[in-house]
Amino acid sequence: MSGHRVVGKPRRRVDGRAKVTGQTRFADDLQFPRTLHCKLLRSPHPHARIVSIDTSHANLAPGVHLILTGRDFPVTFGILPVSMDEEPLCRDKVRMVGDAVAAVIAATEEEAAAACELIDVAYEPLKTIADPLEALANEEPRIHDHGDHGNVHKKVALEFGDVDASLAAADHVFDDTFFYEGNTHLALEQHAAVALLDPDGRLTLHSSTQVPHYVHRQVARALEIPAHKLRVVAAPNGGGFGGKTDVFNHEIIVAKAALITGRPVRICLTREEVFLCHRGRHPVLMRLRTGVKSDGSIVAMDLETLLDGGAYGSYGVASTFYTGQLQTVTYHVPRYRFRGCRTFTNKPPCGPKRGHGTPQPRFGQEVQLDKIAIALGRDPADLRLQQLEQPGALTANYMRLGTIALKQCIEKVVEGSGWRDKWQRLPDGRGIGIACSAYLCGAGLPIYWNDLPHSGVQLKLDRSGLVTLFCGATEVGQGSDDVLAGIVAEVLGVAPHEIKLLTGDTDLTPVDLGSYSSRVTLMAGNAAIQAAERARAIIAAGVSAKLGIPEDRLVFADGRVFDAEDPAQGLSFQDAVIVAEGKHGIIGTTGSYRPAVSAAKYKGGGVGPSPSYSYSASVVEVEVDRTSGWVEVKKVWIAHDIGIALNPVLARGQVEGSVYMALGEALMEESAMRRLPARLSNALVHKFPSMLEYKSPTTMEMPEIETYLIEEPEPDGPFGAKEVGQGPLLPIMPAIANAIFDAVGVRIDEIPITPDKIFKALREQAQGRSPRVGPDSFPAIEWGEVSIVPPPSEGGDGRAINEKPRKSKVVDSGVRLAPDSPGANVGDGVKR
Amino acid sequence: MTPSINENARITLTVNGESKDVLFAPNKTLLEVLREDLCLTGTKHGCELGECGACAVLMNGRPVLSCLVLGLECDGATVETIEGLADDARLHPLQEAFADCGAAQCGYCTPGFLVTAKALLDERPSATRGEITEALSGNLCRCTGYIQIFEAVEEAAAKMDAKENE
Repeated sequence: MSGHRVVGKPRRRVDGRAKVTGQTRFADDLQFPRTLHCKLLRSPHPHARIVSIDTSHANLAPGVHLILTGRDFPVTFGILPVSMDEEPLCRDKVRMVGDAVAAVIAATEEEAAAACELIDVAYEPLKTIADPLEALANEEPRIHDHGDHGNVHKKVALEFGDVDASLAAADHVFDDTFFYEGNTHLALEQHAAVALLDPDGRLTLHSSTQVPHYVHRQVARALEIPAHKLRVVAAPNGGGFGGKTDVFNHEIIVAKAALITGRPVRICLTREEVFLCHRGRHPVLMRLRTGVKSDGSIVAMDLETLLDGGAYGSYGVASTFYTGQLQTVTYHVPRYRFRGCRTFTNKPPCGPKRGHGTPQPRFGQEVQLDKIAIALGRDPADLRLQQLEQPGALTANYMRLGTIALKQCIEKVVEGSGWRDKWQRLPDGRGIGIACSAYLCGAGLPIYWNDLPHSGVQLKLDRSGLVTLFCGATEVGQGSDDVLAGIVAEVLGVAPHEIKLLTGDTDLTPVDLGSYSSRVTLMAGNAAIQAAERARAIIAAGVSAKLGIPEDRLVFADGRVFDAEDPAQGLSFQDAVIVAEGKHGIIGTTGSYRPAVSAAKYKGGGVGPSPSYSYSASVVEVEVDRTSGWVEVKKVWIAHDIGIALNPVLARGQVEGSVYMALGEALMEESAMRRLPARLSNALVHKFPSMLEYKSPTTMEMPEIETYLIEEPEPDGPFGAKEVGQGPLLPIMPAIANAIFDAVGVRIDEIPITPDKIFKALREQAQGRSPRVGPDSFPAIEWGEVSIVPPPSEGGDGRAINEKPRKSKVVDSGVRLAPDSPGANVGDGVKR
Repeated sequence: MTPSINENARITLTVNGESKDVLFAPNKTLLEVLREDLCLTGTKHGCELGECGACAVLMNGRPVLSCLVLGLECDGATVETIEGLADDARLHPLQEAFADCGAAQCGYCTPGFLVTAKALLDERPSATRGEITEALSGNLCRCTGYIQIFEAVEEAAAKMDAKENE
């Protein structure tokens, strides 16, 4: 970008040296003298009443200091205020294999594990709910006593305009069902936490978490201690991908144990336990009906989703909305109906994984568009180009869009891949497919409603010339520290590596809501700009007074502050800070960011709004072996609308990492469960709770990737930047499915697309039957009353015309919230 | 002379060029001895079952998964970990390249990749992309998509080669 010295320039990330020398201190690398070790005893039953727990033998075991059970934890918890349904240790019943029922704290990990074996738990097994269809069919036994009814956790139903009328009037209606299997984050680092009392007796919890602020609130609440007596420090995460955005029971347990024993208490989950923690991709069954004109333009969409939520709420209510809310932000959809249902099942709970709830319906939407193109004899790239949403548009469901560079993205991958020469023209067995997507640049609302900033940054500048940055944002590998340092360095004209960062520490740093929903770049980035500009103003005033140069002529660059008209006239950055400190006093500044009010005033409209959206387009070329169904991805072309790339090295890494993770989801990764035979408790267990059996791509599976960063600055983004961590994952799965169709003419309408499914479809094809593998039907769900929200083009104001006004809500912090709509309590975005 | 399970084992090994006497519970793996008894936490664990490659170290110059090696097997061995890769304060060319090329995102798999790549370049200084891909196929990375890792190894190889020919 013009005039920038740091922003947009490829450079080593600020934490690069620490990472390549092995000096980054992850949670399990923290070693404290006198540490005790915690192990959890977990349920072998998927659904059972706890009759009794006898810890008397275990108490006498060697090395045991403390045994905790559910009785020690009277307060339930959960990441969303609407579903605080988790217990640190189960009290009366277990809801999945792996639910924790007791914790042993011992001198060594081995002793803790051995003592766990000595705890006698008597269970009374209950009927198990294995999947959403069973959940719908069986109101009893209820897995939870909260939720809409029976084993239905949440049903949502929204209609924007008369969809049935539009479908009836459409030239064609395409009606497809899709299934997207669940999969997991598989971050390399196992979750770990250590809690200890500081010398003053205050409790400190170090944890591999993406959301130290939410952990802070929940652990204080669960332990019934004032939040100011607890410090939560997010260790740099060894990969997150959404898997460390919940509050976990083990965090609460070690915190409690440290309070009781007065000693550091550590836990590190085994890889199998990480699979049980899960919170990964929801399995989703979908039915998508789309009405189009004869040229393929969409007139209305009707989406139904059925989510397998697993045993707990987690982010599930938000996930349910996310399976519908972003279908409108890519192509113009004049009328839209979305109905979603999340069920409880006796399996590890699902939650947010990279793309949170949106990859599943995106897969369906983009595969269906391919089918529409084929049916109407249109080029799938052109079909998309003809109906892109407009920048700044307000969609039918009241998502306010920012910049959209999707046209350029499509054109780039079409040109780069040679699409026009390849589509429908490659030899049999070779094929090419295209798909697009969009994603948030940060959720518009925090998970507990309040009108406070979403992100805060503090700067301290002192006479050494050092700039120290404090921010609650959490480094999970994505480069959040580098984003912050790069932005402040640009504003103050110093080198990013010279900025000292202190992040993710609730004692020392201002709140940032965490590393989720792709929010850090835009939200923490804007807060960093504000803090840095305030610091620059203070320094400029000092230098101006000292040197007699007007403030607006001062340039901050290359470690100096100087006169734009006579660069020799100026001070070193350190001298400039000294001068300013003399004039102003000690220099400390803050910056805050809060998104603008959302236009979506209807219930549920809090999920989906974002200050801006990123866009991606991808073309994938595959080779399919007709004799085995084996798919080899030959090459991926991907273009991402990033606004601007703050650090192109990291931006490219986020794109390619997304493509990699998507390839795994598309072709091999699945959280498959199986039932043990009746003689072995009939439990539902993971088929693959290990990294060997849960197949993920290795170096050998990686195809060539051509990455294009499309730069069209977003006015609301810091220096024009948008997110890049999640969006580029989304188009890959459907692009692969579409490429497989182009290669061999079979449709695999479910994820993952494994060779057996292709083989089966090829056999159907050979026998003259429908060459398709996928779900046959979507169950009839009693949706209840649909919220009727007239779209903006039909005179709507963002409210449901049949919705009862809501009562005022008070969150547990005592922060009083305005009544009425989710948007009404959120103030104006802080602009720079 | 194998000690009993209740008795600590004692071995002498060379870690990053320094001779160490270590006393440890005899069931410990090399991974645990390094992290817990020698405080070398740069070596990571992702599964402790030999599946992910995060715990790779060099034993007598060859990459091994330290979670699958018993500490007892290391008496007299030479072990190199991430902490020994730099030449005093000067980073190894692989470390420089990994930092510069975006080959380390979260950094958790990075020590395992770095030592494995070093073993490769020690043996084959001008390894091809295919050889790099194969040599690193036992190391999982969930962040990068591997391509920037390949490029970093190639850049380091080129720099080491250039230096050799100076």
